[in-house]
Amino acid sequence: MSAEPHVHHPNYVKIWAILVALLLVSMLGSMSGIRWVVLVAAFGVAVVKAFLVAKNFMHINVEKRWVPYLLATCLLFMVILFAAVAPDVMKHSGRNWENNAAKQSVESGSHNAAPKHE
Amino acid sequence: MSAQVHHAEPGIFQKYFWSTDHKIIAMQYLFTGMAMGLVGGYLAYVFRMQLAFPDRYVPGFGIVTPGKYNSLVTMHGSIMIFWVAMPVLIAAFGNFLIPLMIGCDDMAFPRINRLSYQIFLLSALVLISSFLVKGGAFGGAWTAYPPLSAVGAYNLTPLGATLWLVAVALEFVAFLLGGINFTVTLMNSRAPGMKMFDIPIVVWMIVLASVIFMASVGPLIAGAVLLLFDQTLSTGFYDPSRGGDPLLWQHLFWFFGHPEVYVVLLPAMGIVAEILAVFARKKLFGYKTILYTAWATGILSFVVWAHHQFVAGIDPRMANIFSVTTLLISIPIAEMVFLYIATLYGGSIHLDTPMLWALGFIAEFMIGGVTGIFLGSAGTDIYLHDTYFVIAHFHYTFVPIAIISVFGGLTFWYPKMFGRMLNETLGKIHFWGTVIAFNVIFIPLFMTGVAGDQRRVYSYAQFAEQARPALQHLRMTSTFALLALLSFQLLFLFNFFWSLRNGKRAEANPWRSNTLEWTVASPPPHGNFAELPTVYRGPYEYGLPGRTDDYWPQNVPE
Amino acid sequence: MNTRPIANTRSVTGIPSARLITWWVIASEIVIFGGLLVIYVMHRLGHPEWQASAAHTNTWAGGFNTFVLLTSSLCAVLAHKAADAQDGPRAAKLLRLTSLGGAVFLIVKAFEWSRDIQEGFVLSSGGFWSFYYTLAGLHGLHVLAGMVILLLVAADAAKNQELQRVECIGLYWHFVDIVWIFLFPLLYIAK
Repeated sequence: MSAEPHVHHPNYVKIWAILVALLLVSMLGSMSGIRWVVLVAAFGVAVVKAFLVAKNFMHINVEKRWVPYLLATCLLFMVILFAAVAPDVMKHSGRNWENNAAKQSVESGSHNAAPKHE
Repeated sequence: MSAQVHHAEPGIFQKYFWSTDHKIIAMQYLFTGMAMGLVGGYLAYVFRMQLAFPDRYVPGFGIVTPGKYNSLVTMHGSIMIFWVAMPVLIAAFGNFLIPLMIGCDDMAFPRINRLSYQIFLLSALVLISSFLVKGGAFGGAWTAYPPLSAVGAYNLTPLGATLWLVAVALEFVAFLLGGINFTVTLMNSRAPGMKMFDIPIVVWMIVLASVIFMASVGPLIAGAVLLLFDQTLSTGFYDPSRGGDPLLWQHLFWFFGHPEVYVVLLPAMGIVAEILAVFARKKLFGYKTILYTAWATGILSFVVWAHHQFVAGIDPRMANIFSVTTLLISIPIAEMVFLYIATLYGGSIHLDTPMLWALGFIAEFMIGGVTGIFLGSAGTDIYLHDTYFVIAHFHYTFVPIAIISVFGGLTFWYPKMFGRMLNETLGKIHFWGTVIAFNVIFIPLFMTGVAGDQRRVYSYAQFAEQARPALQHLRMTSTFALLALLSFQLLFLFNFFWSLRNGKRAEANPWRSNTLEWTVASPPPHGNFAELPTVYRGPYEYGLPGRTDDYWPQNVPE
Repeated sequence: MNTRPIANTRSVTGIPSARLITWWVIASEIVIFGGLLVIYVMHRLGHPEWQASAAHTNTWAGGFNTFVLLTSSLCAVLAHKAADAQDGPRAAKLLRLTSLGGAVFLIVKAFEWSRDIQEGFVLSSGGFWSFYYTLAGLHGLHVLAGMVILLLVAADAAKNQELQRVECIGLYWHFVDIVWIFLFPLLYIAK
C-alpha cells in the first residue's frame, strides 16, 4: 500500500559504527575530569548522535519539510517553558522569597563535594 | 467500495458499544458529555444553594460542610471543562462532522477512534468513582495546586485526589489519541478537489484545537506524574520543606491551562461561523483571515499563561511580559468577532433557533472578553484575583463556549444526526430562558467580586470581615437565577428526546447549506457517501448574485 | 477484519496516514519528555550538590544500555529496509531482534536499579534520585510499550502483511532511542 521505496538506503551498519564510536568518545571524555571536555563530550556528542539517528534512521531529511518544522516547534516550546519557569524554580531566592530547604541542600552538599563543583 | 463492509447485521453490542463508526463514537461522546453536564449542573446547584442560604440543608444533598464545598467546586470545574466542554465540542462534533464535511467514509484510524472513547469512558468512570470513596471526591480545586493537592492531610480527600489525577491523565490520553486521529484525517483524507481553503471553518478549528492541545499538555502530563508520586510515593517534587517548588506545578498547569481555553474556544467559534453563514445566507467574511487569526491565537496562547499567577510570587519582570502578551491576545479574538459581525452585515438574517444561539454567543462572549482585560493587566488583577469577578469573567467565556455554542451546534446538526427536526417553539423558549437566566446569575457576581467577595469560601457567615450581609441579596439572586437556568434545561431535554421519535422527519438539507454533510441522508448511512464526492468550491458560496438558488453546495459541478 | 476505510487509504499530503500519525505521536511525546527533561535540567542546574548523588549511577551500565539501544535501532532500520524490499519474514526477524534489544535494556536496568535500591537510593530519597527514577522509569515504560508493538507488527510482517507499519514502529523506536541519547549524558556522564 505504501511500501514504495521512498528513500535511498544508506549503509546503516556504517552509521551504527559511527554512533558507537561517538558513544565511546563521550564516555572517555567524561572520565577526563576537565569540565568543558566533559560537557562537550557528553552533550555535544548527544546532539550529533541525535542528528545522525534522525537523519539516517528516521529519514527526516527526505520527509516533507513541515515535519521537521513541527518537531522543531515542539522543541522551541520547551525552550520557552524553560526560559519562563527557570527564574522561579532554578533559582532559590528572588524578590521577597527564599527556598530555604533547597538552599540548605546546596549548602550542605557543597561542603561535602569534591573541590571542582562550582 | 465502502459498501462491502460487514457480513451479518451487527448485534446491539457491536453496533452501539463496539462500533468503529465515527458517527456512533460521536454519539457516545455526546451522551457521555451530556450526562456529565447534568452532574456538573447539579454540583453547581448544591454549592450555590449553600452560598445563598449558608449552612442550611440543601434539598437533594444535605448540609454542605467546608470539605464538601471544596469537593463540589473542584468537581464542578473539572467536570465541566474536561468531561463536558471537551468531549462535546471536540470529540462529539469533531467525530461526527469531520469525515462528513471533508467527504470521506470514516476517520483514518477507526479503531484508534474507538479506543479513544473507551479510555475516555474509563476516565469518566474513575472520576465518578471518586465520589464514592472514603473522603469523597477531590477537594483541592480543579487547578490542584500542591501542597494542598499533594498532601491528604491538607485536602482531606487523599483517595479522591489520586483518583482525580488518574482520571485527568486518562482523559488527556484519550484526547491525544482522538486529536491526532482528527489531524491525520483532515490532512490526508479529504475528498478530491477540497483544497486547504475549501475546508469548512469548524473542521479547521477542531483540528487546530487538537494540535494546540497536543502541544501544550505534555509538560502537564510530566508534572502530573510528579504530583502522583508526591501523593502516593513520598517524593517531594512540590514540597517546599524538601526543596521542591509548588510554583513549578503552577507553571506546568497553566502552560497547558491557558492554551486549553483556546482549545475549547476555537471549536465553539467554528460552530458559530458555520451557523452564521447559513442563517445569514451570506459568505463567511474573511475566511482566510479567520484561519490565520486562529493560528496566531493558538501560537500566542502559549506565551500568556502566567497571567494566572500574577499574585503567586512570580518574578515581576515576568508579570510585566505576560501582561503585555495577554492584552495582545485579545486583539485576534476581537478581530474574529468583528469578522463574524461583518458576515452578518447585509445578510438575509433568519432567526431560527441555531442562529439565536450563534448571536447569543457573540454577545455574551464579548462581555467575557472585555472583562478579561482587567484580569490580564497585572495591576488590576492584584485586586481582582480570587474574587468572584474572575468567576464571572470565565463563566462569560466558558458558558458561551460550552453551553451556548453547543446548543447552537446541536440545534443546527440535530436533523443530520438524528433524522428529525427539533421543535422550534420549544427551542426559542429554551434559548431565551437560558440566556436571560445566565446573565442574571453572573452579573451580580461581577458586582460582588468587585466588592471583594472571595472565591472558594464555603460560607461568609463564618468570616465576619467578609460576610457583608448587604451583598447577600446579590448572592441569592444569582442562586435563584441558576435554579431558573436549570429548569429551562428540562425543556431542552424534553425537546431533544421527544423529537427523536416524534419530530418531523428531516430531509437531507433542511437548512439549505453548502457543506458536504448535507448532501447525504439524515442520518447518514454507514460509510456516509454511496459515492465519494468531488469538491469544486469553498463552503460559503451563499447569496451569489445571478444564481437562482441562494446557496451553491460544494459538490455540485456547476 | 481488515475493513480499512477509504479514509485510511487516501493521502492528500503525500505521506501515508500511518507514517503521518506516527510523526504526530512523536511530536506529542517530544513535549511530554521534553517537559520532564526541562524540569529536571532546571533543578539540576540549581542544585550543583546533586553531583554527589549522581556519582553513584553506574556509567558502564548506562553506556552498555546506550550501546544496546543503538544496536536495536540499527535492527529497526534494517527491518524497514527489508520491508521496503517487500521481504516480510526478514523484517519480522529484525523487528524481533529490536524487541530483544529492548528486553536486554530493561534487564540491565533491573539489575542496575536493584543495586541502587540496595544501597538505599529509592524514589523517595529526594533530590537527584526522585528525578532519576522518574526519568528513566518513564523512558522504560516507553521501551516496554515499544517492545510489545514491535512484536505485534512483526507477527503481521512475517506473513507479509501491513508492511508499512514496520517503518512506523521503527520511527517510534528511534525516538525512544534519541530520548535515551539525551538521558544518558544527563544521568550518567555529565552528572
